[in-house]
Amino acid sequence: MNTSSLLTLLLILGLLSYYLGRKKSLAVSNGNRGQHRLHSLPDYYGYLVAVWCLLPALVVLLCWNMLNTPLITHAVSNSLPPEVHAVSPVNAGLVMGNVKRLVATRSIATETDPVQKAAAEKYLDLQAFSRIARTLVVLALAIGGFLYGWKRVNPQLRARNQVEQVIRGVMILCASIAILTTLGIILSVLFESLRFFHAVPVHEFLFGTHWSPQTAIRADQVGGSGSFGAIPLFVGTLLISAIALLVAVPLGLMAAIYLSEYATPRLRSIAKPALEILAGIPTVVYGFFAALTVAPLLRDLGGMAGLNVASESALAAGLVMGIMLIPFMSSLSDDVINAVPQSMRDGSYGMGATQSETIRQVIIPAALPGIVGAFLLAASRAIGETMIVVMAAGLSARLTVNPLEAVTTVTVQIVTLLTGDQEFDSPKTLAAFALGLTLFILTLILNIVALHIVRRYREQYE
Amino acid sequence: MSFATTSLDTGMTKQPHSSTETAPGNMRRATTAPLDIETVVEELKELPQPVGMPLLDDPKYHTRDVSVFYNETKQAIFNVDLDIGRNEVIAMIGPSGCGKSTYLRCLNRMNDTISGCRVTGELLLDGEDVYARSQDPVLLRARVGMVFQKPNPFPKSIYDNVAYGPRLHGLANNRAELDEIVEDSLTKAGLFKEVKDRLNLPGTGLSGGQQQRLCIARAIAVSPEVILMDEPTSALDPIATGIIEELIDTLRQSFTICIVTHSMQQAARISQRTAYFHMGYLVEVNDTNTVFTNPEHLLTENYITGRFG
Repeated sequence: MNTSSLLTLLLILGLLSYYLGRKKSLAVSNGNRGQHRLHSLPDYYGYLVAVWCLLPALVVLLCWNMLNTPLITHAVSNSLPPEVHAVSPVNAGLVMGNVKRLVATRSIATETDPVQKAAAEKYLDLQAFSRIARTLVVLALAIGGFLYGWKRVNPQLRARNQVEQVIRGVMILCASIAILTTLGIILSVLFESLRFFHAVPVHEFLFGTHWSPQTAIRADQVGGSGSFGAIPLFVGTLLISAIALLVAVPLGLMAAIYLSEYATPRLRSIAKPALEILAGIPTVVYGFFAALTVAPLLRDLGGMAGLNVASESALAAGLVMGIMLIPFMSSLSDDVINAVPQSMRDGSYGMGATQSETIRQVIIPAALPGIVGAFLLAASRAIGETMIVVMAAGLSARLTVNPLEAVTTVTVQIVTLLTGDQEFDSPKTLAAFALGLTLFILTLILNIVALHIVRRYREQYE
Repeated sequence: MSFATTSLDTGMTKQPHSSTETAPGNMRRATTAPLDIETVVEELKELPQPVGMPLLDDPKYHTRDVSVFYNETKQAIFNVDLDIGRNEVIAMIGPSGCGKSTYLRCLNRMNDTISGCRVTGELLLDGEDVYARSQDPVLLRARVGMVFQKPNPFPKSIYDNVAYGPRLHGLANNRAELDEIVEDSLTKAGLFKEVKDRLNLPGTGLSGGQQQRLCIARAIAVSPEVILMDEPTSALDPIATGIIEELIDTLRQSFTICIVTHSMQQAARISQRTAYFHMGYLVEVNDTNTVFTNPEHLLTENYITGRFG
């Protein structure tokens, strides 16, 4: 029986055991208001029996599916004649690869090599056996679990507490999956970065001012020696982010104040979703808007003013990114400004404050933690944004704070390092992981600092 | 709270005369044969004239024929005629939704902040039209302070809360003057001793009763002429309520105070006059002890004896 039909069968068994468990609980208590008062509602006995039926069976099924292929491969590989292994470990791997291909394409009959043919047949046998054994074990567990759970149903059984514990466990599992995934990503980036730092010293990477990651792939090639000073990239990132935030924060905040304090409810109900549409535009669209419209415009304007503006400039990328960030800023700030209680406004108006005085002196301070949160979200989006910068700001890693020149950012370099034909263990490729790690640490510090600020204000303002 | 009992006692002695004199032969008198409440309310709608003594000589507030509409369709109060005297505490009582808070919020144009709210009629503060075109609601509210039901200190320090109004209106020329105003207001609100060591801590960290006194201090810091209080003690415990009631009696010397309250005991304890509102109509206005010991109107009597409301 394959996995999906097994799952369907388990589902049916689960429903059945819920029904039977519930029924038994009613029977042993002589009805819902019967003489033996049930500890929990009848439903909970049903849930508990269903949990007993499903949980062990599902866990075993999951483990079985994960271990099935490696175990069979291992067994078949061990059964190969010793002369196959004698050639080299790589050879055994190649033979096993071929065997798996034979099984998958169902072409065993056409195979001429008797060793591989035998191995493929053994593989098939083991697979068939495993499938039958799995079905039997899982169904036995399900039925056994059901019987055990069903037998335990009696009025004293604390079914609700046990079901709630199971639910709690499921929630813990969900929470830990997110955390463990993050941890896994960090660790893998960390280990790759460590490999990079074996090739390139940390201080050279962090404080070097020259970025030119081209290295020779083969000994006979002529290529740059490669220098991995990340300073220009971080300066470029900060420059573009700063421009973007300079655009987005005032515009977004003003829009939020207008929408929440001055606009009529009707206008607000139209304008707010319209503004949020900006957040739905794919960044690649912003990217070519920046590269094809804004950048040439800026270059021409600069030309008229006698300034030398590069056709790919930090300014163009930053401006367009700022536009992209407006809805983050405005929508979140609007929500927190609306959440300031009306009693604050009344209190201020009652003192003879004007609307603008009320906004500046009461509402903004009260909404500040949320506004800082919105700012943070916008900032991390700006730092992590790639597409607009690839298209509008260029690839040249120049160390400059002049917004009219082309610069590049950390994320853009990660993209260029990992795309194209690359040897995976060259410093050039590994540099991407080091950049990623540094960027991660940078945003982490930013978040911690901001959280600290928010907490300080929150103590004061709530 | 000795003041409350004494004022009630003196009221008792003169009460029998005033009631018979003010409403001779009034069919709506509570003491006549029991009338159907529906009929009384219908009568009230036909002739919205309060019984008792709504009008005064030389009042602080002179209001005539005041009606308030929400969204053009719903009328919240109907043709209210009422005078509010100088340095008196007037209590507005009545069941929920009877329009007493709405009336109160007309007096400093707080209703302006509600969209779709329209006020008609004549409201004069010291003979000056409150709703005149030339009247700036911002300046008006500096003359007519307000204290709300729920203590609503700003999320600022105690000092900044009290200094908020003076700073807005430029009442202090330097820090020393501002310090003086803050200390003076807090002292008048009976809070200075409790908070003098923590003026820089947030006002939201105080207890509910202290917060409400902070709001009162904030209101009197701009030296208003009138203070409007919308159920100022309904969120407080009896002890905090007692402190604030004593405070109101002290403040009466310098301010005119209009207080909306759900507690009839409170109205009886602190006010000189009481106005009873019912379903948007002003039903009866009189000396507080008259209203509570010998109400003229059936609706008033039913309310104060707890038959409804």
